[in-house]
Parts: sequence; C-alpha cells; structure tokens
Amino acid sequence: MADKIIYAMYDDDDKLMDGAKMLVSKGIHVNEVFSPMPIHGIDDVIGVRHTRLGIAAFLYGLTGLMLATLAMKYFMIDDWNMNIGGKPSFTYLENLPAFIPITFEFTVLCAAHGMSITYLLRNKTLPGMPATNPDPRTTDDRFVMEVRASENTKYSAEEIHNMIQSTDIVELDVKTVK
Amino acid sequence: MHRESDIRLPLILGDKTYHQITEDVCRPIENQAPRGWYILISIAALIALYGVGCILYLIGEGIGTWGLNNTVDWAWDITNFVWWVGIGHAGTLISAVLLLFRQKWRMAVNRSAEAMTIFAVIMAATFPGIHMGRIWVSYWVLPLPNQFGSLWVNFNSPLLWDVFAISTYFSVSLVFWYIGLIPDFATIRDRMTKPLTKKIYGIMSFGWSGRAKHWNRFEIVSLVLAGIATPLVFSVHSIVSFDFATSVIPGWHTTIFPPYFVAGAVFSGFAMVQTLMLIVRKVMKLEAYIHTKHIEYMNIVIMVTGSIVGVAYLTELFMAWYSGVEYESYAFLNRATGPYWWAYASMMTCNVISPQLMWFKKLRTSLIFTFIISIVVNIGMWFERFVIIVTSLHRGHLPSTWSMFYPTWVDIGVFLGTIGIFSVLYLLYARYFPVLAISEVKTILKSSGQNYKEGFGAGEGYYNEDGSHGHGHDDNAHVSASVQEEPTTNRIVEKKAEDLSEEDFSKNQSTLLERVGSADASEADDLKLISGVGPVLEKTLNSIGIYTFGQVSKMTSEEYNLLDSLAKSFPGRAERDNWASQAKDLMNK
Repeated sequence: MADKIIYAMYDDDDKLMDGAKMLVSKGIHVNEVFSPMPIHGIDDVIGVRHTRLGIAAFLYGLTGLMLATLAMKYFMIDDWNMNIGGKPSFTYLENLPAFIPITFEFTVLCAAHGMSITYLLRNKTLPGMPATNPDPRTTDDRFVMEVRASENTKYSAEEIHNMIQSTDIVELDVKTVK
Repeated sequence: MHRESDIRLPLILGDKTYHQITEDVCRPIENQAPRGWYILISIAALIALYGVGCILYLIGEGIGTWGLNNTVDWAWDITNFVWWVGIGHAGTLISAVLLLFRQKWRMAVNRSAEAMTIFAVIMAATFPGIHMGRIWVSYWVLPLPNQFGSLWVNFNSPLLWDVFAISTYFSVSLVFWYIGLIPDFATIRDRMTKPLTKKIYGIMSFGWSGRAKHWNRFEIVSLVLAGIATPLVFSVHSIVSFDFATSVIPGWHTTIFPPYFVAGAVFSGFAMVQTLMLIVRKVMKLEAYIHTKHIEYMNIVIMVTGSIVGVAYLTELFMAWYSGVEYESYAFLNRATGPYWWAYASMMTCNVISPQLMWFKKLRTSLIFTFIISIVVNIGMWFERFVIIVTSLHRGHLPSTWSMFYPTWVDIGVFLGTIGIFSVLYLLYARYFPVLAISEVKTILKSSGQNYKEGFGAGEGYYNEDGSHGHGHDDNAHVSASVQEEPTTNRIVEKKAEDLSEEDFSKNQSTLLERVGSADASEADDLKLISGVGPVLEKTLNSIGIYTFGQVSKMTSEEYNLLDSLAKSFPGRAERDNWASQAKDLMNK
C-alpha cells in the first residue's frame, strides 16, 4: 500500500515538543522522533511506552545470584570439600560469609551484561547495522518527527501536511513509500 | 526545568548551540592531529615498547628477575597493581555515583574519566598476570572443569574474590562506557565525509539513529547500570584491601582497610582525572565545558577523600599503640622510623598535607596549583601502597629473616612500561573518540545557567563566543583568556550607562571617537574576533561608533576608561583582555 511519510524537522527540542503536543491533541499519531539527545517527556506525548529493561536487569541479577550460589555450593561443599587451616566447610550456610563477595560480583556481572545485551538487541543496534535516521543532522542539532499517513486515516495527507506546517518547523520532507 | 542559581557560574560557558557542542567535540577528531600529539605518542610508544620488552624478558626468565626475596615476597608488582586499580576508581565513581546524585557537572568529565578507568584497570590486571610466572595458564584462576580431578579454585580466598571483582569491574565499566559512546559515534558517523572513516564510525555506532524509544531505553540503562555500578565501585577496592586485611601480618591485619582503601582510591583516581583533564581541556580547547568550577568540584572531592585517608593513617597509628599488640606497634614504628622512613614521609606529605591546601579557594581554583597537586597526590598514593606492602613484610616476627627490598631494572621497566602503554591508549582515545559525552552535554545546555547568562553575567561577554569556528578554521580567537575568571561585573544589562546624563554621554562619545578616529557601519570589521567580545558587546560597541579594528587598536587606558563610562556593562574588560594589541594583530592578518 502506498504510504506517505512526513518528516518534520525542528531546530529545537522544545519546539518539537510543542509541535508534537499540538499534533497529538488533534488526534494525530506521531510515529517516531529522532533526536541527538534524549528529549525528556516526549515518550508520554507521542505514546512511547516505558521500557521494561529495568525489570529485565533485576531478573538477570537474580539469575546471577542463583547461579553463583548453586555453583559455589557445588564446588566448595558437595564436589570437593576443602579443609582450609583445619576449618572444614560442612554446609553452605556455615561458610556463607566467604561466599558473599563473589555472589555479589556475579550478580552485578549478570545484571549489567544481561541488561546491556538485551538493550542492544531490542534496539537492533549491533556492530555493522545500518543507520536509519532520516537525516544525518538528527545526530547533531536537528530534531525530526515522523508521521505516517497510513496511521492517520482520520485526516488526508494534505491536512496532516498543513497541520505540521503550522508548527515551528525548519524543514519538511515527504517520502512516498510504495 | 530545574531551578537555577542566578550567580553560580554555569556548567557550559558561552552561548553555545547544540551544533557548536558537536563542532567543539568533533573538531579534534576531524582535523589533523597536532604535531605535539605525534611527539607524545612516539615517546609513550617507546616507553611502552621498553615495558613490553621487560615483560617478555620477565616471562622468559622468571620472577627471579624481580627484586623479591624470601622475606619480601610481594612488593613492586602488587604496589603497582593497587596503584592502577585505585586510579581506575574515579571513572565509574564519576559516571555512576555522581549520576545517582544528579551531579550534572560530571558530564564534562565522565567520558574521559571512564576511559582512564578502563585503561588503568588493564594496566592493573597486567601485574597479577605476569606475577603468575606462567601467564599461559592464567585461566586457572577461573573455576573451569579440568582434567586434574575435582580441583576447583578456592572461593574462600580474597585473591579469588579479587579476580571476580576486577574482571566484573572492568567489563561493566567497559560496557557502561561503550553504551554512552554509541550515540556520540553516531554523531561522528553522520558528520564524516571520507568513506572509510564513515564506515568505521558506522560500525562502532552500531547503527544508532536516536529514536525516541531508544533514548528511553538508553536513559534507563544508564540509570540502572549506574545503580549497580555504585556498590561495585565500593566493593572492588574493599576486596583489594581484603587481600591484605584478611592476612595475619602486623600492619595489614586491620578492619579499617576497606573504607580506607576506597577513600584512597577515589583520592588518587580524581587526582589522575585532574592531571589528564587539565591537559585535555587545554589542548582540545574545551575550556568552555571543563572550566574552573569543574576543577574546583573535583578538588573538593580530593580534599574530602584526602582527609579521610589522613584520618585513616592517624587511626592506624593510634590503634597500633592502643591495641597494646607489640608486633603491631613495631610495624608502625618501623614504618615511620625504620629504613623506609623516606617512603613513609613522602606518603604523609603528599597525601595528608597537600590535600589540606585545598581549603583555600584561591588554591583550589588555580589550575596550575591543581595540576601540581594532582601529580603530588599520585606519587603519594604510590608510596602509600609501597609503605603498606613492603614495610609490613620486610621486618617480620623473626629478626634473622629481616631484609630489604630493592627494585631491579625489570621491576622499574615494567612499571614505566605500564605508564607508557596507558599513555598510548589514552592518546589514541583522545584522538579518535569523543572526549566529551556529546549527547549528555546537550541535555544540560538549556539548563546551563540561562539565568546567569541573562542576569549576573550578561552583557559583557564573560566568555567569548564568536560562533566562527568551523571546520579547519582555527584562529584561537574563541579561546578566551577570560574563561577562568570569576565574573566581577555588576548586574547591568543596559546598553547605555544610566548615571551618565545625555550630555555627558555624547561628550564622552565624541572625545572617544576623536581619539580613536571615527568609522561607520560600511567599513565594519568583525569585532567578535577579539577575544572577550561577543555579539552583544559588538552591538554595544557599534552603537557607540566603534566599528573597526583600527579604532580599537588605538585605545590606551584613557580610552578604555572612556569606553567603560559609555558602556557600563563590561568595566575593565577591554583593558584586561588587551583589546588594542589583539586588534593590532587582527589588522595585520
């Protein structure tokens, strides 16, 4: 299906924010915003849901905690019960204090790396991936809003175009996708 | 937006735009490296090469080439290890702990401090690696299934905790650093015109496009990583201190070690950050982003942690006496008065006395003083580790085994080599990586003292912003000498002085123009090229009737005074920045 993608470019994050608020209040769905830095509050305006990566990090950390506990129980208590300085370790609990540092480190290790890997995968940002920002200046000082005609059937492409034009834009680009 | 102070110096000086931030950070990457860079990296590479040679010799010959002996069986290597790990503490502390505390000034230094951390930890890891003797079996420190039966590493040992702590710290810091770098690499990618460099930065930027959802995730990842890196920072040096504190050697066997080591690590780490940042800001012309206020904040951290270290030293001494344990008492007496008294004295002077000088505002805002102290502190912290390690070992319970430790040329060569390798890595980083977190700095631009710029500091171009520096255009004019100065002007924004009557004003004006010669807008020069003159000031000057460099160059102190009476908003500035001689230079260009 033919679709029209309108890229509205702003030279300021606040101007984009005002523009987005105006468009959203008219019922237009802003598909995406490209910016050189995080714009605080834009997520709520254009309806980007809050990320659940924090929860993921917690779960990864929990995994690390359990793995470290199980592994050290196996290594030090079950498989080969080391007798160090005449102080044997009969149970895991008895020896627990000595295991805390590594348990902590391993928890952090798993949480941090698990979260980072998930982050990169979810973003689809991996070495060699192509850049998808519509204009190279969006990583410098331009802020671009992407609106798709197919997602806003309430208005005609013309109407959307005019509405965007009435905001404080510096450039407007329309791309037709077949 | 948060409430800002009207009188505090903003974090970013000058009226920067988003684009200028990008320009300022990318300029050193895109331009030819200065000759000094090639000279420095050559020297560093030579030292590094010598160090690598020493390491190879050591691995070939064995640990016997070190100055260790039966009594002092752990000295130079572990001293250097702890020293480097300590230096590696500031980076993640700045980026993680200060992020949690919402200290926005960290954004000017976090990238470079993290780079320093990573390189320092690599250097630290070298030492236990080569001390193993047979470095090719270093994987034995990991709990891997093996062919020796059920032989596991000892999870009760602080040395193994250290393996986990350092490797976790290193890898988490690296990831934290790189995740912050991705958007900035994307910025560089989108500016690059040469296909090869564009491709390389394209790969390194992972195809980052700055989508709203990605930024949303970016922020939460930064926050959570900071949250878990914070206890990590404290745990790492605590665990390093356990290497000593869990032993029964007098001088080591103390519970004060973990906090004392952590404070010492932050102390030395910040000192190293100061050393590096003072050079970086100057060479890369980033004075607008890393200015006196940032240096002062870091100096305050140095002062506080230095004081904690000082208190810890004194506590140790007190406890040695108060405990009544004669071995412990002797260990400390021997430190201060034994054959290694000079190391102890250096440590005390560098670490206890020198940070106390930071109580004086004049000193802690002086860049040269800061630079000297930062080096003094790093020397002092090296001696601290040497004192703790060597003096506790060299005279043990059995006097017949008493001995001294002297480093051999291999010891010294390896240590110098790590400094060389560190410098090479850091120079490469400074050349090819964005030394400032571009995207993060952009987030503080708007909250960077607008009140101040429009009020207290307005009108007199407290920082020269000429907006003229672009690719390959470097006229030094935008690096204002006035950056480091505290503003002294009054809150007067008006173009004309109020207290001068209309009559006096025109009289002074005509006197001034008589002396310097008159000109009109048609022959106007770009006065903004004069260091200290911004767009606002240029307009003021034009309104008085000063348009050309020729006019400015004729000014002497009398004319400066006249000028001050006409335009009250920049008293003394013209004279201080010596506009006349600047204008002469500009005329001759």
